[in-house]
Amino acid sequence: MSQAATEPGASGPTHAPMGGATALSIGGADLLRFATAGSVDDGKSTLIGRLLYDSKAIFEDQLAAVEATSASRGDEYTNLALLTDGLRAEREQGITIDVAYRYFATPRRKFIIADTPGHIQYTRNMVTGASTANLALILVDARKGLVEQSRRHAFLCSLLRVPHMVLCINKMDLVDWSEEVYEEIHQEFTAFATKLDIPDLTVIPVSALHGDNVVSRSEHMPWYDGPSLLHHLENVHTASDRNLVDVRFPVQHVIRPQQSRGLDYRGYAGQVSSGVLKPGDEVMVLPSGFTTRIAGIDHNGHEVDEAYPPMSVSVRLADELDVSRGDMICRPHNQPHVTQDVEAMICWMDEQRPLYPRAKYTVKHTTRTVRAMVKGLQYRLDVNTLHRDEDAARLELNEIGRVTLRTTQPLLCDEYRRNRTTGGFILIDEATNRTVAAGIILS
Amino acid sequence: MSSTADYRVSHLDALEAESVFVFREVAAEFERPCLLFSGGKDSIVMLHLAAKAFAPGPIPFPVMHVDTGHNFDEVLDYRDRCVAELSLQLIVASVQEAIDRGLVVEPPTGMRNPIQTPVLLDAVEKHRFDSLFGGARRDEEKARAKERVFSFRDEFGQWDPKNQRPELWSLYNSRVHPGESIRVFPLSNWTELDIWHYIAQESVGLPSIYFAHEREVVERDTMLYAVNDLLPARPGEQPFVEKVRYRTVGDATCTAAVRSDADTIDQVIAEVAATRITERGATRGDDKVSEAAMEDRKKEGYF
Repeated sequence: MSQAATEPGASGPTHAPMGGATALSIGGADLLRFATAGSVDDGKSTLIGRLLYDSKAIFEDQLAAVEATSASRGDEYTNLALLTDGLRAEREQGITIDVAYRYFATPRRKFIIADTPGHIQYTRNMVTGASTANLALILVDARKGLVEQSRRHAFLCSLLRVPHMVLCINKMDLVDWSEEVYEEIHQEFTAFATKLDIPDLTVIPVSALHGDNVVSRSEHMPWYDGPSLLHHLENVHTASDRNLVDVRFPVQHVIRPQQSRGLDYRGYAGQVSSGVLKPGDEVMVLPSGFTTRIAGIDHNGHEVDEAYPPMSVSVRLADELDVSRGDMICRPHNQPHVTQDVEAMICWMDEQRPLYPRAKYTVKHTTRTVRAMVKGLQYRLDVNTLHRDEDAARLELNEIGRVTLRTTQPLLCDEYRRNRTTGGFILIDEATNRTVAAGIILS
Repeated sequence: MSSTADYRVSHLDALEAESVFVFREVAAEFERPCLLFSGGKDSIVMLHLAAKAFAPGPIPFPVMHVDTGHNFDEVLDYRDRCVAELSLQLIVASVQEAIDRGLVVEPPTGMRNPIQTPVLLDAVEKHRFDSLFGGARRDEEKARAKERVFSFRDEFGQWDPKNQRPELWSLYNSRVHPGESIRVFPLSNWTELDIWHYIAQESVGLPSIYFAHEREVVERDTMLYAVNDLLPARPGEQPFVEKVRYRTVGDATCTAAVRSDADTIDQVIAEVAATRITERGATRGDDKVSEAAMEDRKKEGYF
């Protein structure tokens, strides 16, 4: 395809000149997705409001609308939660129902916040927000210390393998900026965290209301020598979170132009889940097991020397094989499991019907969709105490449990702890088409 | 193996990869997708991404313009040029024609945005589309901040914000019953500034009204509206010539211009980066009706 055809309007009515390096510099920054959880009481909205306001991501007309609404409701202060609580029902009830996505950028990074409600009845929203997060931000009130909710959030983030966690001990101004209080909560949380799988934990004492340690370092806590929250968010090292070892390329779509344009092209389109692919590499296509070589890799219509996560590319193979959506390209000596029996933790997300053993669902895993039966429910996990209830007969909304699935076709999967893309799946109810569960593959 | 630093991805590249994934997912899982194309900058970027997703093949779905009949000439010219360059199939769902055949009634205000929705839904039904790409972004508006990338619509095209499907990882649920559909928003995670940076990075051409030019305008409700046959000056309003540009492009009767000297992408980026007013707040008369105006319109089937 010609340049003019791949770039609509490149020769269009206005061909504006390219921008200079200064104004464009933000285009080269990387992306950090982080999830926050909590309720209004712990100061989460104030903290997010401050991050957004100080990075100029809140606009005057938004602030004016929030101020007007706050005033008409008789709030004593401008309620920044109104910025994120976008639905009428949320504003009327003063609660956050759903995940809200907020965006802000600094010259170093662009941030996507998945802001989720903290109460136990919104566990599924937290799981949703955490599924794509690089970092989880957990807030505790310095006066109260760890509460049930903080432990649950930490557990869910570790279950979803969010690679970085920040514990913000908020309202330090209300405990006289006490190092002892900070140390006590820090140690209690660290002790709890050792039971979980949290690769990277940072603890920051803040006062969201006064801005201490949010954007700049606090003068009130000279005993704290760590970074401010924003400094940490800007600098936390995420490049090595990606799995660049195991080549996993789920085939999403076959690009095979049918038109008589003189093109003889067959490319396997998809997004690299993990590993690095290069032309000339010997690869295996699953589930068939045939091996071939990569003839070329196209990225947006141009040939490239390599492909790595999260690039969306099109892979050409040296031999004509039968490859279709749902297949996976990997390396012959590093393959995912090919299995019809899956052990998984699932979070039940449907309010209409609980999960019962022997029920059948549709599984969507990578680009592959198969049917599955729940062969057994091993236990239900109490997300507050981590107690396992092995007598549980079903999973209700927001409950988490361990199940065994038997699928009609093999899944090409890895343990979730090794690969978040090839280790996660959703269950779809075949009658209602609703997404009823999130699953994490254990083996 | 090389160090991980070699495999850095800029945030624009990450957003692009995510959008391309979404386009391909829809092409693979739906039978009759369609892309809503207005000639505005977001739909232009959407089309640019769709072309990349299927290169070197053609874009495997038609585009549809819901045409209120209140257009900027520059934008219509641009639309037709794009369609020709990319050999697209263009469907025009005409609001004027729907008024003529009695499907909708012209509102007394003359603002045709509210009656776009039945025209859109009528065209979706006629062409039996099961998925529609829209260029909406979550940073635009607070109801949109809550919407899924794959947004389920019932057989009346309605959005139910309290009953949305959970969306995890990049596993999008595309299952619908006949008559139901999915609105797909590939630009969900882009901001206005991202769009402009991307337009600069990719040298995407735009209709000229996005750049500063002189235009005869009137000031109405603190906003600047172009004066023309569709939107004459009201009694007591004094038209004047001002250097302006458009931040958004919608129905010409309810889209306002902003004062600007920015006539290059670079200058537009500098202006967008410094602005303290959202683009819809600065330019859309239709969003000022109530705090939940967008949520209400979306529930009725608006994009």
